[in-house]
Amino acid sequence: MTEFRLPSLGADMDEGKLLEWKVKPGDAVRKGDVVAVVDTTKAAVEVEIWQEGVIEALLIEPGTTVPVGTAIAMLRVPGEAPGMVPPAAPAAASPPVSAPSPKAPSGPVSAPAEATVPSARKPVSPAARKLAAALGLDPDRIEGTGPHGVVTLDDVERARGKAPPATASVPTPAADRAAEMRKSIAAAMSRSKREIPHYYLAETIPMQRAADWLAAENARRPLTGRILMAVLQLKAVALALQGFPELNGFWRDGAFQPSKAVHLGVAISIRQGGLVAPAIRDVPSLDLDRLMASLADLVKRARAGNLRSSEFSDPTITVTNLGDAGAESTFAVIYPPQVAIVGFGRVAPRPWVDGGEVRAMPTVVASISGDHRVSDGHRGAAFLVELARRLQEPEKL
Amino acid sequence: MNAIELRPLVFAELRKIAPELEEGDVEPGKPLRDQVDLDSMDWLNFLIAVHQRFAVEIAEEDYATLDTLERICELVAARNPDAS
Repeated sequence: MTEFRLPSLGADMDEGKLLEWKVKPGDAVRKGDVVAVVDTTKAAVEVEIWQEGVIEALLIEPGTTVPVGTAIAMLRVPGEAPGMVPPAAPAAASPPVSAPSPKAPSGPVSAPAEATVPSARKPVSPAARKLAAALGLDPDRIEGTGPHGVVTLDDVERARGKAPPATASVPTPAADRAAEMRKSIAAAMSRSKREIPHYYLAETIPMQRAADWLAAENARRPLTGRILMAVLQLKAVALALQGFPELNGFWRDGAFQPSKAVHLGVAISIRQGGLVAPAIRDVPSLDLDRLMASLADLVKRARAGNLRSSEFSDPTITVTNLGDAGAESTFAVIYPPQVAIVGFGRVAPRPWVDGGEVRAMPTVVASISGDHRVSDGHRGAAFLVELARRLQEPEKL
Repeated sequence: MNAIELRPLVFAELRKIAPELEEGDVEPGKPLRDQVDLDSMDWLNFLIAVHQRFAVEIAEEDYATLDTLERICELVAARNPDAS
């Protein structure tokens, strides 16, 4: 049996509140299936399971807030008989707590009166856990006064008096979400600026060819099939990155782990304030139509607060695009554990020297912020040159 | 419907893209994107919504002339006099 732990949702989300289970004990699941919906400071996130199996038990109740890495369900993997005693907890990269490995639940949480002790960091009586969940309290944060420090019903009642009123299983209201999101962004960006020695480079790229090609292409297409310049820019970044592994991957545990795949995080502003940067996977393999459809879908779901856990954890590098209403250029802050971020300013007509003459031409300022622990400005500059080259051949994107 | 009668209907489509908008937030004769925070994806989605709601074709070269709510309503009224 395997513990299914709440997956990482990115550097700025370290806990989540379970809103809803999408599975029940006995359900067969496949890799990538959505098993739960978890509320975070940024969005309600659909949590995907990473392996195939049968759900043996659900370990937490809706309304419970748990840190990333907490076991939230038990999974029976193919070949295992039902009800087998699980081995010791798998060696997780960073177990959330140092408490001893929990015992296996003896049955589904929903089974009445069963002493199902979920993967708790300290003992909590089932009744206390149930009440805490109903009140939206985290029982693991309540001081236990029962035998051996067990958290009892009385303890939960006492905690209820202290804690601000909370409603279980209700997504965070928009205003609170905006404030929480601001805190999360601040925490992640502070960590980035504290830990990552950034360097910054920018290059002005002529966009006449890309603009002409796109105009001709869109003129042939129905309104619903049109492509945005942002799509060409994303594809060019992804293709250019294939020659620069030191810009694409993660800094983890004191070392760089390059990624073969290019999963582009796309910074998307949220209308109520704040932003998210979920991933479009394997961008080099997507043609422009599929990339446009992926981007439109991602923007729509990001604004509706309806993203998947893998979309938060997958990005190997982020692209921020100020768009046609934005400023001329941006020097962005790297989103840990990534090691680079690419920025685009507004595409607009500007003076450009071409064949010894100055003429007006659409240009864009592209920038890269890189992590000096992994790469130097020399390579960052070479990347921008390659990006500019790719954008001169829009028909090959 | 004429262009003026279409205004509340077109505004309703805009509001689906920018839900923070309230009645009277948009002056019909002033540039739309100076008044409403619309990125290029929002703009395209708004035009697609107008296209689908009122059954009018909108070419990319029309974009430049469609800078105000008034102009968009005029285009809809001109291309589909039965729009309602």
